[in-house]
Parts: sequence; C-alpha cells; structure tokens
Amino acid sequence: MPSPLKSFARSDAATSIAAPVLVGVVMIVLWEIGCRAAHVPIYLFPKPSDIALKLASDYTTLLGALGITLRIALQAFGAAIVLGTLIAFLFVQSRAIEKSFFPYAVLLQVTPVVAIAPLIIILVKNTQVALTVCATVVALFPIIANTTLGLRSVDPGLVSLFRMNKAGRLQTLIRLRIPSALPYFFGGLRISSGLALIGAVVAEFVAGTGGRGSGLAYEILQSGFQLDIPRMFAALFLITVAGVGLFTVMTGLSKLALGQWHESEVGAEA
Amino acid sequence: MGVAVVDAVRATTTTPLPTPPPQGGREQTESVAQVAPVVEILSADKVFPNGTRALAPIDLKISDGEFLTLIGPSGCGKSTLLKLIANLIEPSDGRILWWSGGFDKVGAADRSLAFVFQDPTLMPWARVETNVRLPLDLARMPKAESRGRVADALARVGLDGFARAYPRQLSGGMKMRVSIARSLVTEPNLLLMDEPFGALDEFTRNRLDADLVRLWWERKLTTVFVTHSIYEAVFLSTRVVVMGARPGRVFKTMTIDEPHPRDEGFRNSPHFAEYCRALSAALTEVSLEQMQR
Repeated sequence: MPSPLKSFARSDAATSIAAPVLVGVVMIVLWEIGCRAAHVPIYLFPKPSDIALKLASDYTTLLGALGITLRIALQAFGAAIVLGTLIAFLFVQSRAIEKSFFPYAVLLQVTPVVAIAPLIIILVKNTQVALTVCATVVALFPIIANTTLGLRSVDPGLVSLFRMNKAGRLQTLIRLRIPSALPYFFGGLRISSGLALIGAVVAEFVAGTGGRGSGLAYEILQSGFQLDIPRMFAALFLITVAGVGLFTVMTGLSKLALGQWHESEVGAEA
Repeated sequence: MGVAVVDAVRATTTTPLPTPPPQGGREQTESVAQVAPVVEILSADKVFPNGTRALAPIDLKISDGEFLTLIGPSGCGKSTLLKLIANLIEPSDGRILWWSGGFDKVGAADRSLAFVFQDPTLMPWARVETNVRLPLDLARMPKAESRGRVADALARVGLDGFARAYPRQLSGGMKMRVSIARSLVTEPNLLLMDEPFGALDEFTRNRLDADLVRLWWERKLTTVFVTHSIYEAVFLSTRVVVMGARPGRVFKTMTIDEPHPRDEGFRNSPHFAEYCRALSAALTEVSLEQMQR
C-alpha cells in the first residue's frame, strides 16, 4: 500500500533536502514545547524562541564576531591548502623525503591545538596572525595526507602509456598526476575546511579576551561570564551555520570539478 | 591451402613431436624470410631480480606487415616478450633490434610503436577525443593538426559520434575501441596488443576481432598480438607463435595461410576448424612436454 510518506521518501531530491529540514523543525518544536512545559529557567537552558530573539537583537555584534572568526578560519584554510599541497608535492618527489618528514606531519596532527596555542600566541606578537597559525596547524594534515595519497594513486597502466609516449616529468604531472589526485584533494578540502573553523574557535578560546576585534569564541566566553545563555546559544548557532556553509561550498566545488567523471560525484547525481 | 607448422628457431631440445599437417600441408623453414623484418629479437632473455627466469633466450623475427600472435599457457612469458619488444623492460641478455632505416635499439625510432593494454587504460577525467589525442599532445603536436587525425582514428574504430563522451559513459567494448583509436592516432609502424579483448564477452570480442583484422588489412600495420584464445589467434593472425612455460620459450610457429580480408565466413569454414585443431594440438603438446620437465 503506497503511503504518502513512502512515495515522499522515494524521491531522492526530497530526501536529501526536505528530510533533514523536517527532522530539524521537529526537534526545535519539541525543544520549545519541552522547555515551556517543564518551565526550564532561561539561564539554564533557553528555548529556541529566546535564542532567535537574542540573535535578532544582538545581530550586529554577533555577525561582526562571526566575520572575524570566519576571516581567521578562511585565512588558515587558504594557508593550509597552499602549504599542504606544496608539502605533498615535495613528499611525492621521493620516498626518502616522505619517510623522513611524514612522522613530523603526524606529530603536528596529534598534538592538541589547545596545548600549543598558548605557545604560538606568546611567540607571535600579532594576535590575529597567531590565531591564524593555530588554525592552520589544525587544518594542514588532511590536505597533506590526502594530496600525497592522491598524487601516488595513479593508474600504473597510464604511467606506462605516458612513459611509452616519452612524456616529460612536467607533462606527466599536469596531465596525469594532478587529475588523478583531484578526488583525494577535494576529500581533504572537505575535512580541512571544518577543521580550520574549529581551529580558529579553539585558538580564540585560548587567546581569551582580545579586546577589540574578537571572534565568536570571545562572545561565548563573555556570555558565559554574564550568564547570558541565549546569547551563548546564538553564537554557537552561528558557528554551526558557518561550518555547514563551508562544507557545502567545498562539496559544490568538488562536484563542479569531478561531477563529469568521478564515481563519487556521478553516484550522488543518480 | 594447408596448415604449415614450422619449428621455431630455438625450439625445444626434446624429441620433436610429429605433427602431421591436417590437410597435406607443406613444410616451411623460412616462411617469411623474404619480407624485411621490423623487429629482430636476438637471443634476448629475461631474468627478474628475484631470480625467476621469465624467458629463455629467444630468437624471433617480426616481418613487415605481418600479424603475429603469441599464444601459450599462463606464465609462458607472452606478456614479458611483448613488453621487451615495447622497450617497457630491458632484456637481461641478448638484443632486440628495430628497423628504422637501419637496425637500432627498439624505441629509438620516434613514436613508431603503439601499445594496447589488457585494460582500456583511459583517463577517466578526459573526454574520448582527449584520450585519443593524448600521444599527439605529449608529442606537442598543434591542435589544428591533431584534430583531423583524432577524428580519423575515431572513425576507423567506429566511434564517430562519441568524441565528446566520457569513458564512464561507454561500454567495455567501446572503451577498448577508444584504446585502439589512441594507438592508431600516431600511425605507428608496429602495434603491440596485450590480450586486449580478454575481459570482453564473446560476441563483443568477435566483433572487435573482425574490426581489428579489417584495420590491419587496410594499413598492413605490423601487429604483435597476445591472446589466450585459440579461435582469436587463428582468426586474426598470419603467423602464430606457440610458447611454452618455465622458462618462457618459443615452442612452435604456425602460419595461418588464409587470404585476407577475413570475415565471419572464415570463422565458419572448415579451414578455420582445422587450424584451430592443429593449434590446439600444439598447445596440448607444449603442456604435456612441460609436465615431463
């Protein structure tokens, strides 16, 4: 028996957009009803409507803070892309280079940014630059690891074909290695974009009150001190929106670059 | 018309097994000596770094315009021999000479060699036309010049309308056609094919075989073809080299003395069956002899 829910679920476009939105709306409604029914005080757990009101009243400061955090995250993301790609190209030049330096790349990845952020903030005078450095450290590894893997994942048959046609090193790089690496590179971008934002927020937390030009982490800290919990949630909401936005942009870019030929994107289309 | 079974230059040292030609065949010692060889293999062998002897010293002449097929059991070094000819690997000993106005090392002549792999080996991110144009692009041929050659190569393999398609949109047989078009686009002197249709179903394989033999006939393009299929070997070749394993060596050479152009009629003819029987007998012989070793 075809129920309306079943036929709704069958349509792919509907499931990928409408279904998560529906889940979100239901959650928010339940949250609102729950808070109202149980009379939860606003300073413990605010209702969605309180948060929305706070967003509307404080949007200039909150959006300004979001802008600062986003700027740091994007700068770090850009630096991670450039540095990570360069390091990956260096790694594939020889196994000896990769073997010598890869453990240090891992070291960079496993060291918690909270632990090294104070050091970086002391060493680098300009706070904005220091925060960018912290976020870059967090965002760097996925780009290095994925791009290196991608540059190495070349069809051996195509390598033979290129060699038989007397292709030069540069020709092989541009026509074979880089296109082969693209799917891996975009996978790295997706992970790294989120990490850059997390790195920026964590570094802001460590830097604490920066006075002027402070980001969303500072807003969250301040709201905590003042027990302005709805504002805290509003800031958190903006961070989440920014993260999802970055991820969506990266997915779009990946689709744009690979949509014509790569299985991952072709499959998503069907 | 008959099957001529010729002992190879460096045939097995064990007792020669009598193989009477099925239909009053004539013995030939130097069946193709009159035509100038394109490639001459002089006691080339191959021992891999781990000590495995892939090929015993082999002497073989590949003549201009012939369609030579290498057939034999697994591990007989067919592919290794083909890679030696392609200069993809170096012989451990011996030489492989290449005619380009004078005998020279293989591959020294500029882009006169094309290789078709077991897999289509296409760039998935590039359109069919870009894939076919690749050897010309790598040789830095201007687009204006290469455009016509790409179109011509695609037309010859029957893929006129598919220049703008991506490989993933094509069937297995069509991908293989793209691979063949890419090998033809440089107008090579020698075409090397390593079990190109091995992964295809029999109908597709038969159709591609018929097209390949037509292409070969049009240009008299010297071809060395590796296969596991007796039918394919007989249908395509002017000469079949039966190879033995452990180590890889030339066991017998058989001439398929059937006029071209060949078509499906040949496949259904009694000659075809006779050649297949003779070739099958040679392959049985080589595997029996291998067991005695």
